[in-house]
Amino acid sequence: MTLVDTRTPDPKRLIPGATGDWEVIIGMEVHAQVTSNAKLFSGASTAFGAEPNANVSLVDAAMPGMLPVINEECVKQAIRTGLGLKAQINLKSVFDRKNYFYPDLPQGYQISQYKQPIVGEGIITVSVGPDRQGNFEDIEIGIERLHLEQDAGKSLHDQHATMSYVDLNRSGVALMEIVSKPDLRSSDEARAYLTKLRSILRYLGTCDGNMDEGSMRADVNVSVRRPGEPFGTRCEIKNVNSIRFAGQAIDYEARRQIGILEDGGAIDQETRLFDPNKGETRSMRTKEEAHDYRYFPDPDLLPLEFDQAYVDALAVGLPELPDDKKARLVASLGLSAYDASVLVSEKAVADYFEKVASGRDGKAAANWVINDLLGQLNKTGNAIEETPVSPDQLGGILDLIKEGTISGKIAKDLFEIVWNEGGDPKAIVEKRGMKQVTDTGAIEKAVDEVIAANPDKAEQARAKPTMAGWFVGQVMKATGGKANPQAVNALVKEKLGIAD
Amino acid sequence: MSVTIDTVKRVAKLARIAVDDEDAERMTGELNAILGFVEQLNEVDVAGVEPMTSVTPMEMKKRQDIVTDGNKAGDIVANAPATEENFFLVPKVVE
Repeated sequence: MTLVDTRTPDPKRLIPGATGDWEVIIGMEVHAQVTSNAKLFSGASTAFGAEPNANVSLVDAAMPGMLPVINEECVKQAIRTGLGLKAQINLKSVFDRKNYFYPDLPQGYQISQYKQPIVGEGIITVSVGPDRQGNFEDIEIGIERLHLEQDAGKSLHDQHATMSYVDLNRSGVALMEIVSKPDLRSSDEARAYLTKLRSILRYLGTCDGNMDEGSMRADVNVSVRRPGEPFGTRCEIKNVNSIRFAGQAIDYEARRQIGILEDGGAIDQETRLFDPNKGETRSMRTKEEAHDYRYFPDPDLLPLEFDQAYVDALAVGLPELPDDKKARLVASLGLSAYDASVLVSEKAVADYFEKVASGRDGKAAANWVINDLLGQLNKTGNAIEETPVSPDQLGGILDLIKEGTISGKIAKDLFEIVWNEGGDPKAIVEKRGMKQVTDTGAIEKAVDEVIAANPDKAEQARAKPTMAGWFVGQVMKATGGKANPQAVNALVKEKLGIAD
Repeated sequence: MSVTIDTVKRVAKLARIAVDDEDAERMTGELNAILGFVEQLNEVDVAGVEPMTSVTPMEMKKRQDIVTDGNKAGDIVANAPATEENFFLVPKVVE
């Protein structure tokens, strides 16, 4: 791969050092577990959390004489992902053996794709921000390639004094390795890239993006240079398993490299590990032999070939992706770009919002979903899937506001009740007498009572009209918040003789 | 193209095959004879000829995404020299 610099150094992304500014260059290799029932080349299950070696076939354990047969769904998932990344789909690709020895790799090689991957160059648009002015900046990050490969098994080192435990359940599970170009220029951009990639994968349903379970892991390549100079020597930080850690690892690694260079040293190209507890990267045991994988085409597998019609059929079945959805929400519902991007960041949130907004005012629905629903979920630490308020219930609350049955303030109380106790919003309003009082007679009576009870305050208000707000508050209190605030305001002013 | 004894030793090490000096010496000669033959093949002009991947034209067989295998951890580890609760046990490897 020839490294091409596509970006112009941007002063606001530079890192100040003791001897001047530095620019950090980042490229990512993301391993995304393909969503499928069975493994890439065997009929064993991919389910997470099974008993040791329960999801293992003789193929995955590399027993002599076993032959791989490719799972067609994994091929389709890779093509769908390629289409979602606006990438070149290669109608012919080849599986190669990547040879190395490790106890969790029973074959002694990983079946991967080397010179002819299934997906070529593509692009991801990443939104970075907000900056101090609240603005977002869209940048395009190039995708170098996506290829299919087998995952390895898992080693546990802390179960025994002198032995390691090996579980092959993950051995042979399909992975997509998605390689970016070295287009990222800050830890913020790197985090935004991972977030966007995960969102696209989840929309497509090709990877669940669950980093806790290891379904998505990133190898992060970091180097630094003086702005305008050629790329420096890079270090690869292996197996970063959270987006936050990726940001921390990059910040630490950039500082470390700048420190070495400013002291007149040189960077060794090496593989490093990120330690989340210490927040630092450290060198992995240097391999005695440099990476020498001796790739060659796997003689057990024919080239993977399909025609354009096969790709086109998959393209037709693709769901609407976050960028398109965002554009549609802005154009057809008049949402702000910020609100739209919050709503589309997770597919489940977007689906929820679209149910609430269906047949209702989009902006009101967006406000309620973002401020109230997501706000409350954030507070309780729950995901949208665990919401106690369904889209129908929230929609019901919005309808009651629209009809004028309840005020916006009462609606907040109603939301609390539905959140805690459930139930049909309309029935709750009926049963608990939460309806807005629009009957002028009743409001008038309340206004009269408050004025009569507070003659001194009434006097002050006549002299200083801003005091009228106090009366509005008292009347709202007296009516249990059910009075129509506009009506109360008008009546208070009228009764006190304050001109509008 | 030819190989030196150092290359033979390195390849043997990468393949985890124990080769002593005497064997390495002999293999260097054998490998160079093979490479000489390949060089002879290289004299044939194959420009514009697709690499042949199979003697009979056929498409790669594919399987459906159905779980048809597994749940035999006991069989999987049956030949292992050391196991515990259906894990393989191997000499400790720590980064």
